[in-house]
Amino acid sequence: MIHKEAQSSEPILHDSLQSEELLVNMGPQHPSTHGVLRLVVRTDGEMVRETVPYIGYLHRCFEKITESVTYAQGVPYTDRLDYLASMNNALAFCLGVEKLGGFAVPERAAWLRVIVAELNRIASHLISFGTYALDLGAFTPFLYGFREREAILSIFEKLSGGRLLYHYPRIGGVRADLTPEVAGDIRRFLVQMRKAWPEYNELLSENAIFVKRTANVGVISGARAIAYGLTGPCLRGSGVRFDLRKNKPYSAYERFDFSVPVGAGIKGAVGDCWDRYWVRMVEIMESCKIVEQALDGLPKGEIRGKTPRVLKLPKGQVYVPCENPRGELGFYIISDGKTEPLRCKARGPSFCNLSITSEVCRDVLIADVVAILGSIDIVLGEVDR
Amino acid sequence: MDKSDNNPPQTAEQMLRAAVQDPRDLTRYLTYLNTIKSEGLSTSVMVVPLDAAINWARASSIWPLTFGLACCAIEMMAVGASRFDLDRFGAGAFRPTPRQADLMIVAGTVTYKMMPRVKRLYEQMPEPKFVMAMGACTVGGGPYCKFGYHVVKGIDRFIPVDVYVPGCPPRPEALIDALLALQRKIATGRPIIERYAKPAGGGKDGGAQ
Amino acid sequence: MTMETIHALLRERFGEAIGEWPPPETGDPWIGVKAEAYHDVARFLRDDPALKFDYLRLVSAVDWMGSSGAESAERLSSVLHLYSFARDHEVTIAVDLPRDAARLASVADLWPAANWHEREAYDMMGIVYEGHPDLRRILLPEDWEGHPLRKDYVQPEEYHGIPNV
Repeated sequence: MIHKEAQSSEPILHDSLQSEELLVNMGPQHPSTHGVLRLVVRTDGEMVRETVPYIGYLHRCFEKITESVTYAQGVPYTDRLDYLASMNNALAFCLGVEKLGGFAVPERAAWLRVIVAELNRIASHLISFGTYALDLGAFTPFLYGFREREAILSIFEKLSGGRLLYHYPRIGGVRADLTPEVAGDIRRFLVQMRKAWPEYNELLSENAIFVKRTANVGVISGARAIAYGLTGPCLRGSGVRFDLRKNKPYSAYERFDFSVPVGAGIKGAVGDCWDRYWVRMVEIMESCKIVEQALDGLPKGEIRGKTPRVLKLPKGQVYVPCENPRGELGFYIISDGKTEPLRCKARGPSFCNLSITSEVCRDVLIADVVAILGSIDIVLGEVDR
Repeated sequence: MDKSDNNPPQTAEQMLRAAVQDPRDLTRYLTYLNTIKSEGLSTSVMVVPLDAAINWARASSIWPLTFGLACCAIEMMAVGASRFDLDRFGAGAFRPTPRQADLMIVAGTVTYKMMPRVKRLYEQMPEPKFVMAMGACTVGGGPYCKFGYHVVKGIDRFIPVDVYVPGCPPRPEALIDALLALQRKIATGRPIIERYAKPAGGGKDGGAQ
Repeated sequence: MTMETIHALLRERFGEAIGEWPPPETGDPWIGVKAEAYHDVARFLRDDPALKFDYLRLVSAVDWMGSSGAESAERLSSVLHLYSFARDHEVTIAVDLPRDAARLASVADLWPAANWHEREAYDMMGIVYEGHPDLRRILLPEDWEGHPLRKDYVQPEEYHGIPNV
């Protein structure tokens, strides 16, 4: 109701009412900025006229540090970029180093990497599901999302020893092999996840209030999304069917049968907040499919290839993109023949996805800013690096 | 419970005196309560040293500030969520504003750009306030200590820290343990005595709480 | 289209402004472009119907100081990674810039995605992108001195009373 008024071209305020523009500072400590993002919002009554994001409050000097330490020592730092998807980050970095160094990865290790990367994708989307509902005022989905996520974390704990930051993919392979116990855990988790998924939809996806808050809000067209360099669910939510796992397969992804969901405007326009949210929800089920196939067909063999103890990569540069839960995470690694890289630039998906905020958060309601920001699903660790 | 006859025989007055002497020991005044109950003095009146009552209230309803900086904040969220449930210890009510919070869990890397804001948030919190430094970064720079040109090497240089929780990130159990440690620390405070009764000699062991 | 054909196409169109095609021994190839022609080349890459690079992946700055080998001149590079959703091919463009006067035309008018990437390259490496709509520091505080990703950067002892050690 309110929203319809906001979108129509008629002025909301009568001539007799005078309003003053107000600058509102949102963040860096704000419950719905997902970390230390700061937005300066110019408001006119309930309407937002301009949004300027300020980032850098979590700039942890990732690129300088990776230039200063060896390749193997750089892997744990990649874990801490997008701390909700450590497996995927470390995987991208390792793939980059392996490509430049020409190291072969055993088949089994590649499949194990797929399993953990997809499980981590599910975990990350579960957090996104929970916190998005939290942003919009529903607390229960948060508890549901974390319930399933804890099951994944205990699997990862058995595999790698860590709950949040794993350091599991290593250059040339993975850290530890999959034991029958963990495999059983993963299968049990898949059953649990598939049972819980319809619950989630009943709870949130079809919830009338949630749909009102998200459908037709923050619409990003496909062309706009591409121009701003959006990737991942934000790009696919706008109807562009592009997934690096499908379009540029890496690490044995070409072996698996899965589909790439795109936004179809089920509840509103194509590319609105609900579409982006829904792409993530469908991706959870697609990832379950991949994990199941990988468990069924897991090849036997070594889990670590032969890499020298002291890594000295040949001169050259390489850019390796990977599909992170948030989009394209790429590492641009330049080696000049030393034990540490000359330059290691991380192309973070959240960084690029966030850059569209000032474009989308214009002439929307204040409450919509929170809905849009939550649907873009940023992780500040990787925005600021 | 009522007729506890293994206690040393004391009159109610003696017990009250003993309890007031050391407000840290809640059991003493509980014994006292039982006694006056059994003596039929009163069932609706509780006589408690004010310090003990205040400490008990403070320690059992710590409201943390919703304040996540980096990776550790995710573990902090996990502690508040289904499996670990910080509410069991009375500390699950995360407040979005520092004005309503008692505890600041500095969860994550503090950078130069963020440091003034952390300090400001701390200053905005009402007394008594407590700070928990969660994670290696907050304790001392962590993995970013050596080459991090933009990372604060330890938040305790700028705001007083009550409990340190090392780890990268610390496990939820570690955070719960830290909370229990903080509760123990709060229980040893003597807020009323320190404020109103100047001890002879002026020696004080407590901090500024 | 492979990068070699793209290089041939660019060479034909822009002549000497496009560097030689030396496929490197290891890693990905790239196309060197002179700074003067950079913006025109970028526009051509975006608009040419056969190329149609609609997606800017990355703008990154590289400091080559202290690198081993013959080409270790005192220079910076600004590297542009492009991809085309329409044609499914990619290209890497590198521009060499002098260290003391690193100035380059901005491509933020061609791809809005370049806006933040160029701000970051300015912040970290000190490359000034001319014609950028809003060239400010993005990650570091506004009053920060120096550009930390340069190889000769020295960490300051303190910043507004925050000691570095």
